Amino acid sequence: MIKPVSISIQNTQDGFAIVEAILADNPEATSNPLPAMTKVDCPGRLVIRADSVSERLGREWDPQEIHLSVISLSGSVDEDDGSLIIFWR
Amino acid sequence: MTPRKMSLKQKYGAYTRGLDWKPTYQREDDVFPFAKYEGIKIHDWDAWEDPFKLTMDAYWKFQAEKERKLYAVIDSMAQNNGQLGITDARYLNAVKLFIQGVTPLEYQAHRHFAHLARHLPGAGLRVAAQMQSIDELRHCQTQIHTISHYNKYFDGIHDFTHMHDRLWYLSVPKSFFDDATSAGPFEFLTSISFAFEYVLTNLLFVPFMSGAAYNGDMATVTFGFSAQSDESRHMTLGLEAVRFLLEQDEANVPIVQGWIDKWFWRGYRLLSLVGMMMDYMLPKKVMSWGEAWETYYEQAGGALFADLARYGIREPKYADVAKAEKGHMTHQAWGIFYNYTHAAAMHTWDIDEAHMAWLREKYPDTFAQHYEPRYRKWREQAEEGKRFYNNGLPQLCQVCQIPMAFTEVGDPNTISFRVSEHGGDRFHTCSDGCKDIFDHEPEKYAQAWLPVHQIFQGACGGATLPEVLDWYHINQGADNMDYAGSPEEEQWNRWMEGRRPVVPVAAE
Amino acid sequence: MATASLHPGYTGPVRDRVENFNGAQLVYVHWEEHLNFCSAITLPLPPQTPFAALTGEILPSLYAVDPEWAEVDLSKARWMLDGADWTPDPARSLADQGVGHKSLIRFWTGPSATA
Repeated sequence: MIKPVSISIQNTQDGFAIVEAILADNPEATSNPLPAMTKVDCPGRLVIRADSVSERLGREWDPQEIHLSVISLSGSVDEDDGSLIIFWR
Repeated sequence: MTPRKMSLKQKYGAYTRGLDWKPTYQREDDVFPFAKYEGIKIHDWDAWEDPFKLTMDAYWKFQAEKERKLYAVIDSMAQNNGQLGITDARYLNAVKLFIQGVTPLEYQAHRHFAHLARHLPGAGLRVAAQMQSIDELRHCQTQIHTISHYNKYFDGIHDFTHMHDRLWYLSVPKSFFDDATSAGPFEFLTSISFAFEYVLTNLLFVPFMSGAAYNGDMATVTFGFSAQSDESRHMTLGLEAVRFLLEQDEANVPIVQGWIDKWFWRGYRLLSLVGMMMDYMLPKKVMSWGEAWETYYEQAGGALFADLARYGIREPKYADVAKAEKGHMTHQAWGIFYNYTHAAAMHTWDIDEAHMAWLREKYPDTFAQHYEPRYRKWREQAEEGKRFYNNGLPQLCQVCQIPMAFTEVGDPNTISFRVSEHGGDRFHTCSDGCKDIFDHEPEKYAQAWLPVHQIFQGACGGATLPEVLDWYHINQGADNMDYAGSPEEEQWNRWMEGRRPVVPVAAE
Repeated sequence: MATASLHPGYTGPVRDRVENFNGAQLVYVHWEEHLNFCSAITLPLPPQTPFAALTGEILPSLYAVDPEWAEVDLSKARWMLDGADWTPDPARSLADQGVGHKSLIRFWTGPSATA
């Protein structure tokens, strides 16, 4: 069984761009809208790419800015300069 | 020559381990006296790696940004009479329960993470604990600040810290946290960071904040999400900390498993208050407790425990009981509060027809058969002017301190009574989960400050209910009793006059 | 299993010892199959309280808010004390017939009293 990972993001301007970028970069990801937030689920692994979010926001987006938009997540986290990955080992 | 910019991982290393030193003129065991007595063996603290590479400079930057966003909303709320935007005054009771029950825990978490930031031997974990300590203080402060707006208009909020230390239902969250902070550092990490924050906190914050959003409570949504953005970091700390303990020594596995079993059950029992709020206190409902349990425990927790199986960790003991009870728990919790609303700093009320229909739909196997008839009987009594209040004081569980209202699995008409003997005394617990916890450390739980027993020892202001309520600082006739006929109902209807037709609450 | 502690032999005060209740002892009572009363009820009672005082005065003061109580005939109730079947004697005191500090008394009325 491939274990699902997930991340919940606030419904804000930055948040919408992050969700869009995740859905574009992770073909298996699905999004579930809830009041004020969106939960994105993906089997096994999910990547948030800084360049992909930056492109949508029209400005440089630092992956650490995720701290301003994230609500919750399920999975382990690996963070570097260009991306943030949520995965199960 | 321009200095080379460090990568995120290099910078993180420099700002955490790079700041650490080995003691030379004091023994390591004297510097970190709490590190070993729980039996946890750590061979290499350097193997710890924090998943988020957040350094103090970046931390201040992002936290400041969160504060600016939050205070813009708080100002807007105050300037625009935000209290008028909520769906119904009954909703505010969820906020009361939150500030009375949860906000003081944020402060306790602040204190104890400061303790860990001093006493954990690993530098990476110490820095993470330090940030979390500051986070928790921020949560406490922003919650008080935000909810203070509602305190201008609503009852039951005015003296929440005093109430937290004294009220019968608030001894549930208080004793939960006291249990954790009186344990060692590794049990605390497993209890609060892992079992509570990682496994169960989604059930507290996500539906609560989503529910606030759905019920027009902009202020609570904003502090909630502002706090929850820190929570993701805390959860991840919990998961990585447990994984670190498990990887360091095989002998740690059974100790950690015991803590997971205990704290899963402690957290689950605590969440009965949250589940009740979701199913009963939100006029517009987001999801039921049963649905939230499936999404956030059964699915997310299933993946988690499948991942931890490689270390020999299994699902928490009694997770099956929680699953089997999910159609009953919130109704039984609401029953407790309906019984004792005269002694609570919040309101309960008749469950109207639309709400009953929703509960039947969400709980098709349990609600109509077991709980609807009870509510209809209570309604009849209220209509005759004899609103049902329980004249006795409830029997409390020695461990979770919740009135012993939960029933046997598979037999929702029979209360689950468990009893242990210790030192010649009887100790009653509500479930196999709570009994196991008592039996494992009876000398700890025999000390429990049970509010009902304290009243009968004469320690709570007097022998009559009004004297006890005075001692609680409950403003009698306003903070307590049914919503129907309360000053809050009268105020709300007055506010809504001219906005929409005024409909009696019970018929809505 | 002892609590893991910095100082071996850790122990603390047992807060609910019977001496702390000013001559009374705690007794829990529960009217089975009437979960409109959400849980068992805690009572501080002198050990010498006659059983008849429990049935004649105390239980009605708790349960009469339920209209069904008017139909209850406690002389036909089925009783359980601390997990065992129990046939109480109305004339004797609680202490005389085994009710101790923090004992639990459960009772069934109506058709299930004879079940």
